[in-house]
Amino acid sequence: MSSAPISNAPAAGIGLPRGQQRLTGLGSAVATIALLALLAAPLAVYPVFLMKILCFALFATAFNLLLGYVGLLSFGHAAFFGGAAYFTAHAAKVWGFEPLLAVLFGAAGAAAIGLVIGFLAIRRQGIYFAMVTLALSQMVFFVFLQAPFTHGEDGIQNVPRGRLLGLFDLSDTLTMYYFVLAVFVFGFFAAWRIVHSPFGHVLQAIRENENRAVSLGYRVERYKLGAFVMSAFIAGLAGGTKALVFQIATLTDVAWQMSGEVILMTLLGGLGTILGPSVGAGLVVTLQNYLAASGLPVTVVIGVIFVLCVLVFRRGLVGEAIHLLRRRAQGLPRR
Amino acid sequence: MQAAPMPVASTEPILSARGLTKEFFGFKAVNGVDLDVYSGTIHALIGPNGAGKTTVFNLLTKFLSPTAGTIRFDGRDITRTKPADVARLGLVRSFQISAVFAQLTVLDNVRVALQRQSGLATQFWRSNAVLSRLDARAAELIEAVGLSSFSETLAGDLPYGRKRALEIATTLALDPPVMLFDEPMAGMGVEDIGRISALIRKVAAGRTVLMVEHNLNVVSDLCDRVTVLARGEILADGDYAAVSADPRVREAYMGSEHA
Repeated sequence: MSSAPISNAPAAGIGLPRGQQRLTGLGSAVATIALLALLAAPLAVYPVFLMKILCFALFATAFNLLLGYVGLLSFGHAAFFGGAAYFTAHAAKVWGFEPLLAVLFGAAGAAAIGLVIGFLAIRRQGIYFAMVTLALSQMVFFVFLQAPFTHGEDGIQNVPRGRLLGLFDLSDTLTMYYFVLAVFVFGFFAAWRIVHSPFGHVLQAIRENENRAVSLGYRVERYKLGAFVMSAFIAGLAGGTKALVFQIATLTDVAWQMSGEVILMTLLGGLGTILGPSVGAGLVVTLQNYLAASGLPVTVVIGVIFVLCVLVFRRGLVGEAIHLLRRRAQGLPRR
Repeated sequence: MQAAPMPVASTEPILSARGLTKEFFGFKAVNGVDLDVYSGTIHALIGPNGAGKTTVFNLLTKFLSPTAGTIRFDGRDITRTKPADVARLGLVRSFQISAVFAQLTVLDNVRVALQRQSGLATQFWRSNAVLSRLDARAAELIEAVGLSSFSETLAGDLPYGRKRALEIATTLALDPPVMLFDEPMAGMGVEDIGRISALIRKVAAGRTVLMVEHNLNVVSDLCDRVTVLARGEILADGDYAAVSADPRVREAYMGSEHA
C-alpha cells in the first residue's frame, strides 16, 4: 500500500480530499462490524428473510454501480435479475448443475443479455437511455413468457438447491444462508473493487465530464458498456441465488416492476454510496414483509416513504449520514 | 479561394482542412473553409461572435461531423475518424467552458489524463492505489502550470483561471503534437491572461497550437499566424500585421454588420 514516496497522501485516500480520509477508516470499521453481524444474524432472525434481503441488497448494489458511479439510469435491470433466476433454475433442475456453477451460469447469461442491451442502449443518453433499456427488458420479459423452458405463468418450480461443491447440503437452511452470504460478500466486494479501481477512476471522469474524457482519448462507449456488463453480471449473481433460495423462478423477477423496485431501494438507501443500496434493500424488504402481515396497503406505504425520502432525505439514508459526517470532519480543526 | 499559404517553418501542413462545411438545418455555420496549420507554429483563429470558430474546432476534432469537406492530420485523412481516436492520434483539444472533472482533485484530474497511455485505464480488478505510479509525472505537470499548492483541491473549487491552467496540464499530459485551445483566456482578469499566455508560449515549444482567441493583444503577442473567420467563411489569413491591416477584417470587427 505504501509504495508511493512522492505523494504524502496515503494510497487509501485516492479520490478523496484530505479531510475525508478519516471516513475511509470508518468505512473499514463499518464493514467489519457489518460482516460480523451478518455472520451471527441467523441466530436472531429468520434466515430465509435474511437471504431475501441479501439477494436484493446485491441486486441494488449492482444497479448502483451503474447509476451511482457511471450516471446511467437503467430501467431494465429486472431482465438481468430475473433472467439469471431462470437460467440458474433451469441449469440446476434440468441439467443438474452444482449450485455454485448454476449461479455462475445464471450470472453469465445475465451478462450476455447485458452485452446486447448495453450495446444498443449506450448510444443514447439520459432519459432515452432509460427508455431503451426499459423497452429491451420488456422484450426479454416476453421472451421468458413464451419460451418453453420457463413454463410461462407457472415458472420453474421445485428447483433443487443441491450440494455445494458436492459437499455441503444446501437444503439445510443455515448452510444455504452462509452460501448466500458468501455470494453476497463476493458480489459486494467486486462492486467495491470496480468502483475503486483504475477503471472506476475513468468511469468517474466520464460521469463528471464525458466530452472531456473523449477529448483525452477515452472511447467512452466501451467503458460504459464494460460497466453495464459488470453490473448485469452482479445483478445476475443476485437473481440466480434468489432462485435457489426460494427454489422457484417466475415472471415476477423479470417484470418491469422489479426494475422500478431496485431504483427505489437504491435511492432510499443512498445513490452513489457503497452501503446505501444494501440499506435501502433491507428497508424495503423488511417493510414488505411486515406490512404484508399487518394488512396495510404495502405499495401505498412504500410510496409515501419514497415521497418523504425525495422531499427530506434527497441523498438517501446512507448518503445523508455520510454528508453529516463529512460536514463534521470539515468542521474539526486540522492536526 | 485563398492566396497561396505563406512559407512558414514547415512546408507540409500538419493539420489541414479543405472545403470544410457544416450545415445546421439549412444554415451554413461553416462554409467552405480551407485551413492549414503548420507544424511548430501558434496559429490563431479569430473572428466576431457567431463566425463559426468553435464549430470549426468541433469539426477538426470530430466532435461534429462535417457536411462536406475533408480534414487531414499528419498525412492521414481523419474526416471519418471518431473524436476519441482523433485524440489518440495526437490532436487534443480543450473546451470553451472549462472542462475539468469537478469532483476529482487536481492530482486526480491529471492522473485520469495520464492513465490511458500508461495502460492503467481498463483494470477493474486492481486497487486504484496503483495509480500512485503516475504521481511523479502528474506532479511535474501540475508544477509546470503552477498548481502545486492546489494538488489536493477539488477541481470544481479552483478559481476560474486556475481551472484553465489545470485543463492545459491535462491536455499536456497526453504529450500531443497538436493542441487546440478554445478561448483559453475568455473571462479572465489581466493577471490570469498574462500567466496563461506565458504558459501557452511555454508549452507550445516543440508543438503546434491552434487557438480561438478574442483578445487581439494576446493574438499579436503570441501567434505566428492568424486566420480570420466571419459568417462561416475565411476572411483573411496570414501574419498578424497583414491581417490587421486588411480593410475587410477591420470592417468585420468594427461592427458594420449588415446581416
